[in-house]
Order: sequence, then structure tokens, then C-alpha cells
Amino acid sequence: MLAVHLPVFQVLLPLLAAPVSMLLPGSRVSWVFSTLVSWGCFALSVLLLQQVLQEGSISYAIGGWAAPWGIEYRVDTINAFVLLIVSGISSLVLTGAQASIEREVAKNRIDLLYTCWLLALAGLLGIAITGDAFNVFVFLEISALSSYALIALGSGRRALTASFRYLVVGTIGATFIVIGIGLIYMATGTLNMADMGARLPAVAESRTVIAAFAFLIVGIALKMALFPLHFWLPDAYSYAPSPVAAFLAGTATKVAVYLLLRFSFTIFGGDFAFGAMALERVLMPLALLGIFIASLVAIFQMDVKRLLAYSSIAQIGYMVLGISLVSVTGLTAGILHLFNHALIKSALFMVMACVFYRMGATRLDDFAGLGRRMPWTMAAFVAGGLSLIGIPLTVGFVSKWYLVVAVLERGWWPLAVFILFTSLLAVVYVWRVVEVAYLRPAAEGAGRCEAPLSILLPTWVLIMANFYFGIDSSLTVGVASRAAAALLGIGL
Amino acid sequence: MNGETTMLLALAIPVLTAVLIGLLGRWPNMREAVTLVGAGMLFLCVASLTPGVLAGERPELLFIEFFPGLKLSFLLEPLGMIFALVASFLWIINSIYSIGYMRGNQEQKQTRFYICFAVALASTMGIALAGNMLTLFVFYEALTLSTYPLVVHKESEAARAGGRTYLGILLTTSIAFLLLAVVWTWSATGTLDFRAGGILAGEMHGPMVGVLLALYMFGIGKAALLPFHRWLPAAMVAPTPVSALLHAVAVVKAGVFSVVKVVVYIFGLEFMQAEPSTDWLLYMAGASILIASMVALRQDNLKRRLAYSTVSQLSYVTMATAILAPLSMVGAALHIAAHAFGKITLFFAAGSIYTAAHKTKVSELNGIGWRMPWTMGAFAVGSLSMIGVPPTIGFVSKWYMLQGAFSTGQMFAVAVIFVSTLLNAAYFLPVVYAAFFRKPAVGEDSPEHGEAPWPVVLALTLTAAGTIVLFFLPALPLGLAKGLMGL
Amino acid sequence: MASLGLYNYWLVIALMMIGFYIVITSPNLVKKIIGLNIFQASVFVLYITMGKIIGGSAPILSDQIAVYSNPLPHVLILTAIVVGVATTAVGLSLVVRIYAAYGTMEEDEIEKIEAQEEVPT
Repeated sequence: MLAVHLPVFQVLLPLLAAPVSMLLPGSRVSWVFSTLVSWGCFALSVLLLQQVLQEGSISYAIGGWAAPWGIEYRVDTINAFVLLIVSGISSLVLTGAQASIEREVAKNRIDLLYTCWLLALAGLLGIAITGDAFNVFVFLEISALSSYALIALGSGRRALTASFRYLVVGTIGATFIVIGIGLIYMATGTLNMADMGARLPAVAESRTVIAAFAFLIVGIALKMALFPLHFWLPDAYSYAPSPVAAFLAGTATKVAVYLLLRFSFTIFGGDFAFGAMALERVLMPLALLGIFIASLVAIFQMDVKRLLAYSSIAQIGYMVLGISLVSVTGLTAGILHLFNHALIKSALFMVMACVFYRMGATRLDDFAGLGRRMPWTMAAFVAGGLSLIGIPLTVGFVSKWYLVVAVLERGWWPLAVFILFTSLLAVVYVWRVVEVAYLRPAAEGAGRCEAPLSILLPTWVLIMANFYFGIDSSLTVGVASRAAAALLGIGL
Repeated sequence: MNGETTMLLALAIPVLTAVLIGLLGRWPNMREAVTLVGAGMLFLCVASLTPGVLAGERPELLFIEFFPGLKLSFLLEPLGMIFALVASFLWIINSIYSIGYMRGNQEQKQTRFYICFAVALASTMGIALAGNMLTLFVFYEALTLSTYPLVVHKESEAARAGGRTYLGILLTTSIAFLLLAVVWTWSATGTLDFRAGGILAGEMHGPMVGVLLALYMFGIGKAALLPFHRWLPAAMVAPTPVSALLHAVAVVKAGVFSVVKVVVYIFGLEFMQAEPSTDWLLYMAGASILIASMVALRQDNLKRRLAYSTVSQLSYVTMATAILAPLSMVGAALHIAAHAFGKITLFFAAGSIYTAAHKTKVSELNGIGWRMPWTMGAFAVGSLSMIGVPPTIGFVSKWYMLQGAFSTGQMFAVAVIFVSTLLNAAYFLPVVYAAFFRKPAVGEDSPEHGEAPWPVVLALTLTAAGTIVLFFLPALPLGLAKGLMGL
Repeated sequence: MASLGLYNYWLVIALMMIGFYIVITSPNLVKKIIGLNIFQASVFVLYITMGKIIGGSAPILSDQIAVYSNPLPHVLILTAIVVGVATTAVGLSLVVRIYAAYGTMEEDEIEKIEAQEEVPT
């Protein structure tokens, strides 16, 4: 019986657990509790994905009110996949977060952090699972408000300004989205995504729908930090507590990319978004510029967390590039990279958590001699860095392979050259850190100071996942290509 | 034991060796023993595969599927056999040499050194046995990365700069060109298998074939075709055993090996002959030979001179391949072995001089031959093989290349070989002459020294002997090289 | 004249731009929050307007009434108002802490302080 209610539990579990974790005595207890809840969510998402792969999409009516009037939770291949990514990353990062959070966050606020974390998780899962457009906005704000709080918990006062800037931008983005949803409602009279998708073609000519489309795309682009609307991201990621950065880097922007897919394909439909509106002509240049400029800027960063943040902006560009090809292979590449980059960046930000734990900062200079002082941590950085570059046997390579195949399918080989050349910029920024860590001697008298096992172990699990899914990509590629075909409306 | 199991062993032994070296790092004697045993076992393993391959067996291993239709696969064929034999045999000798050299020069971080060495060898085996282009690419990148720590071993500013050039050029070319070529091939043909006669015929034609060939040839940066050769001199900051085995044998040979593989099994000789857009390769390789030789003439640093000589010798293989005649292919395959033995001898000698006399420049070597007769004797033998004078194996490979060039009427190639032979002589023989027939400059303060430590001398004597033995008994490499062309 | 009849929408646009302008130009963080509120308020008006039907009554079933206004957007916007209040609360509490940490809530001054901090690294 319970299996029927899986979709709602996916969101309810973290949502209800969040206040409970606040009431628990002691930060350690709430950590254990939140981690268990997160793993519970992960288990649910695994079950959901299995169910979707076997039986096709699941539709769940909240409170028994049937769609299109009631709120529908709708799980198909793509959002089952996103649920899996979000809950998986959250669980792994949270498992390793405790030691690092104790060090980075003020004692009296640690309970708050876990509460906000669970709320953010609930919000992100909610965005992914819901089939109701207005519901998207609600969950968007739940996740956003809690992530402002999470970021503000970072050590140092700059976390506060970073969080404030994110709040302003995030609110504008969310408001744009809600305007867009309202305008669609005006044109179609429904809030259910599938219903919207069915009714929109009839009114696609109207200016209301076009305005709605514009508002939505800009709002989502703000949320996913698509260049040039990325300016909030570097500060937010570099001043947040490291585990929070690992969590958000792996999930928040990814969910926004999912929204882009959902709105442009399921709701507006590929014909409208890419045919009539020629969205790809906007997305592709922005993606290319973003990849190039953000990678270039990353090279000159003196703080490694910030470097990774800029690299994230570039990587968003790769995902959007894949999407803007509007082909099955292109979308597959985009969705694949969504998963793969979540693994890469979360792993690398966890490495930052390790370094921050010992050094109290992640400036490039702090990395001097770390190759010797924190061998396992730095080995993880090198491995994650290789995956970011896209060396074979890592997930980064799989994404790049599909992206290049997709581009060549279109016959746009200069673009293929561009993709490969920009991944060389990744070599430069990764190797700057590697060189400092291994070839610049540490300060006098600095001994070995490996990070505690509790952070290191989840970090390595993430790194290993980078390799596992890099070698055996059948699961990820299979799911991504199915999701891509479904989005394009090509028979499964 | 059947061929498949042995192949698996050949891939696994260097990896296991690396692990064991890591575990035994605290006990240097044990660690070095493991290296030697590992190298020995690897060679036995590879050698035991030889008769089967000569008899026409082609053992194959298939692993997990990377992408739908694209597996990690291994397939042993004659060219890979030559490469694997040479690399694994020279690893034994190089290990002996390393022990003498690293201890003699009191180098730091020797455990890391030996681990990376073993991993590099594992990657080399992967390249030699690769059954499709993607597998080859995987190990190609692994080889680049595993040799980086060896290049920057000294951790000095110079080493860092050298390492940057090394990694920069090798990764740039492989990611920007080679990977693109591989993906392009994949999307054009739907396969990346190495097949006799190539896979491109009928799928592509016109100028695009020439472009694809360019992406492959420049993408395989390890073959050091001009203008992407600069990593090789840069890599000379590494300790000499690294220069010797990796930058005279494993890494650079992986490059030209890939070149031959691509031409023979991806493009196919007949297809290349039919496509005029691929003709440029011959001229590019010829120019590369001559230019690099001329640069080598002007190098005073001995290792840099050897490096530029390597650049030129690698292009011999590329040019012989580009002649597209079966006989020149045999020459190319033979030259992989010939140059390996000759050049490793020369590097061993350079390292030996550095260890015993702490000299690195050609101009400092006057009269050194009488103090280090074994070293300089071996150097002379190696030089002769580079020039292609009998009785060394270098002569045999050049002979086949010339035959191939004559048979197809490629007078350009013939001319290049003759001119470059003169150039080779011009930059090697003066070293030998100075070492034996010039007196040390008066007033030069040179502390008394004799030969290098015995493992060093033993190693270079063995490889020098190898170049001569192979001249008299070329049956094995020749048989394999002919097997490549089905002759 | 038809466009004038839709004066509510003109109001929405005006409010939105005013709010947006304040957010972008005002260096004072509290004023930024105020701007954000005006910006959001414009959306509230938009939603309320779209649900309203001229002559329509509140959605209470009765025989005398034939035309109802659409209640759904009004209910939706209740949610959005709650979200707006929450955002304001979080934003203001951040401002309080920023003021405590920097001694100012003028963005240009904060930027100056942050730029000075970066010099040593």
C-alpha cells in the first residue's frame, strides 16, 4: 500500500523532519537524524526510479484531488533521475559534513544548519517531483530561503553579504518565474504542467504566452547561474560552509537546469521553445561565452573554492550547450553532464571541506606542500580534477564524449574543437592547484595533517563514483537517453 | 595458459608491481627486488605470447562496455607484440640501471619514482595491446599522466617548467586533436575497432580525409611530429632512467606505434593511397626529420641533443609509414625496436657520464672515453645504430625503409633518408671522436673519476650488445613486422 | 482606449520597474529589501487582476449570481505573499547581521571594506 504513496513521502519526509531536527538535543544527534533522513530520501528515490523504469511514469494526486485541479506529483524518467542525484549528493555530503561543520559554523547555530539543510533538500526534491507549475514556485522559495540561511552560516562576515546578494538575485529570479507561471495561467487556465503542455499550442501565438516564456527563461537562467546571470554564484559558493557548497554545487543549479528542460520541453514544447522562439539561438551563444569566460576567470582565481565556483559556471554552460542542440544525443549529453558534474563538483567541494578543516582557508597559497601533508585529500583533488578535465575512465570524459558526438552529428565541427579546447582551460586551472600542492614546499615545520576519516571517506566515495560511472556508464547513459527521448517526444 | 589469460597477466603485473612497491616503500632493497621481479615476470609473460602471434593467433579480451557498442577491448597483433616485447624487455634492464643511477645520485622520493614507473609500464602495455582506438586513447592519456610525476621528479623550478610544457603539449594535442579525431571516426563509421584494411574506406572521402589524418597525426603528440615536439626536450629535466626508458622507448614509441596503428588499421594503406589529401604526411615527416636533426647539431647539452635526435628518429617511423609501401611498413615496425635499443643505450651512457663525472655538456667530454671505456664504447655502438651503420639493427630498419621508398618511387623519402643519415653522423660522431681522441683541455679542473656504478655499466653494455645481436638475429622482430603486413 | 482600460496592468508594470530600479540602484540594503517588496507587490497585483472579472462576484454559490471572479489566483497569491514576508524576514535579519559585522549597511562602503580585506592575499 505504501508504495503508492512513495512520491509524496519523497518530499514529506525531509519537510517534516526539518523542524524535528531542530528540537533534538545536541548538534550531534541532529546530524545523525538528518543524515538518516537524507539517506531515507535517497532510498525512496531509488525505489521511484526503479518503478519508473519498469512501469513508466507515475502520477500521484495530492490529497486525492485529481489533476488538473488538484496538485499532481508526476515522476517520469528525467525527474526520477534528478531526485536520485539530489538525494544522493545530499546524503553523501551530509554523511561527511559533521566534523567540517563543527569547525566552520558557530556552535549555537549548528542545529539550524541541519534544519535548513533538510528544508533545502525538501524544496529541491519538491521542485523536481511536482507536476504543478505553481507548486514549483513554492518549493523553489523553500529551497532558496533555506539556502540563503545555509550560506549565511559560513564563517566570516563575507558569507553574510554573499547570502544577501544571492537573496536579492534569487528573489528576482523566483518572481520572474512566478510572473511567467501566472501569464501561462492567464492564457491556459490551468496550473498542471501536463495540462498546460496540452493547451499551450492552441494559444501559442498570443503575446501573453511569449511574455510568459521570456519571464520564465530569464528567471530560470538566473537560478541556474547561466552566464551572464551568474554573478551571485562565486561569492555564494566560496563563503558558504564547505559542505553546504558541496551540497548546493551538486544540486541547486542542477535542479534549475531540470526546470529549464521541463518548461521548455514539457510545457511549452520543443516546437514552440526551439522552433518558434528559437531559444537555442539565445542559449547557445550564452553557453559558449559562459564556458569560455568563466573558465578563463577561474584560471586567475587565488582562492580554490572560488576557482571551483567559476568552473561550475562554465560547466553549466556545457549542460546548456547540450540542451541547445535540441537533438536526442545533445539532450542526453546535457542530462548526463547534469549527473556527472554533480558528482565531480560535490567531490571537489568536499575536498575543500577537508582542506578548510585543517588549514582554515582554501587560498591557493594554503595548498603549498599539501600533497605531502594531506596525501589522501590531495589525491582526491587530483582524481576529481581529472574528472573535471574529462580524462578517460572518469565521468567527465563520458559527458564530453557525448557532447562532442552530438555536436558532430550536427556537423558543427568548429564547436567540437571549441569544446575540446575549453576543456584544456580546465587543465590549466586544475593543474595550478596540483602544482602548488605537490611541487611547492610547505612552510617550515609543517607536519602531516590528514583530514579526519569522517570527511575523507564520503569524499572518496564520491570520487570512486566518478570513476565507477566513468567506466560503466550504462545506467547513466541509459537513463539520460531515455529521458532525452521522452522530452523530445520520440517514442520510448 | 592460453593467450587471453597471459594477456590479462601482462596488463595486471605492472599494476600489481606498483601496488607492491607502494607497500614495501620503507624497505628499499625489497622495493627494488619487487621492481626487478615484476619486470622479469612481465617480460616472460609477453615473451610467452610471441610464438602464438607468430603462428597467426590473435588473442582478444573484452571488458566492460564504455558506451553502447564501444568496449574496453584488447587484441594482440604483431605490431603490438613488437612494442610490448621491446618495452617489457627494456624495463628489466632499465630497472637495473635505475637502481644504480638513483642510488648513485642519492635522488629523493624513490618510492614514488618506482611506482610511477610501473604504472607507466602498465599504460604502455595497455597501449600495445589495445583492441580499439578508444582503449588506446584511454591508456595514452594514462601514460601522459603517470609520467608527469617522473618528469617533475626533481621538484625544482626547471622541473616544474618542463613539466608544464610536457603536460601542456601532450594533453593539448591529445584532447584537442586526437579525441576529436576519435569521436569523428566514431560518428562517421560507428566503430573504432582496429581492422585490417582500415575502417574508413567508403565512409569518407575527399579533403576531409586529409583533415582527419592531420588531427590524428598531430593529436598523437607523443610521436613528436613538428611543431608539437617541444615536450620531448622539456622532458629531459627528468632523471636519466626516465629519459631513457620513457622518452626514448615507452612514451615516444607509444606515439609512433599509434601512428602506425592508425594508418594501418583505421585508414588502411589502400585507402590512404587512393586519397591524395593524405600525401602531406610524407613531406611533413621528412621536414620533421631534417629540421630536428639540424637543431640537434647545435645542442651542447648531451641529453637535449639526444632528445632532438629522438624527434628526428620518430619521424623516420612516421615517414616510413607515410610511404605506404608494405616494405616500408616493415621498416617502420623494425625501427620501433631498433631506435629503442639504440637510443636507450645513448641515454644510459649520458646518465652514466652524469653519475660518474657530473657532466652534461658535449663540450666537456674531451678525452672521457679513456676513463669510461664501457660507457663511451656503448655510446659509439648506439651512435652507429642511429646512423644506420652495420652491424647494428639501425641498418636493417633503414634498409627496409629505403626498399619501400624505392619500390613506390618516393624519391623525396630516399633523399631525406640519405641527407639525414649524414646529419646523424654529423652530430653523433664528433661526440665519440672527442671522447676518445681529444685531450682534456689544459687546466680544466676535473676530479678523478672512473666508470659509473656497476648496475649502470651492466645495463648500457647489455643494450649496446642488443643492437648488435639484433642485427645478426633479426628473425624475431622481422617475423613480427612482416606479420603486420601479412607478408 | 482599450489599453487604457487595462490600467491595472500598467500599474503592475510601473510598480515592477520602480521596485526593480530601487533594488538595482539603491546602495542601502534596507532600501533594497523595500524595492524587492515593491517588486513582489506588483506580481500580487498582477495575479489579483487576472482573476478579477468585471461584474463578477466572490465565489460563493448562490442563485442570484451568474458571474464569479476566479478565486484561484487570489488563493495562489496568498501563498506568494507568505513567501514574500518570509523573504523579507530573512533579508532583514541578514541586514541586521551585516550591520553588526561591518558597521554599515551601505553597499558601496561594504564593498570598500571587502576590497581592503582582499589586498593582503
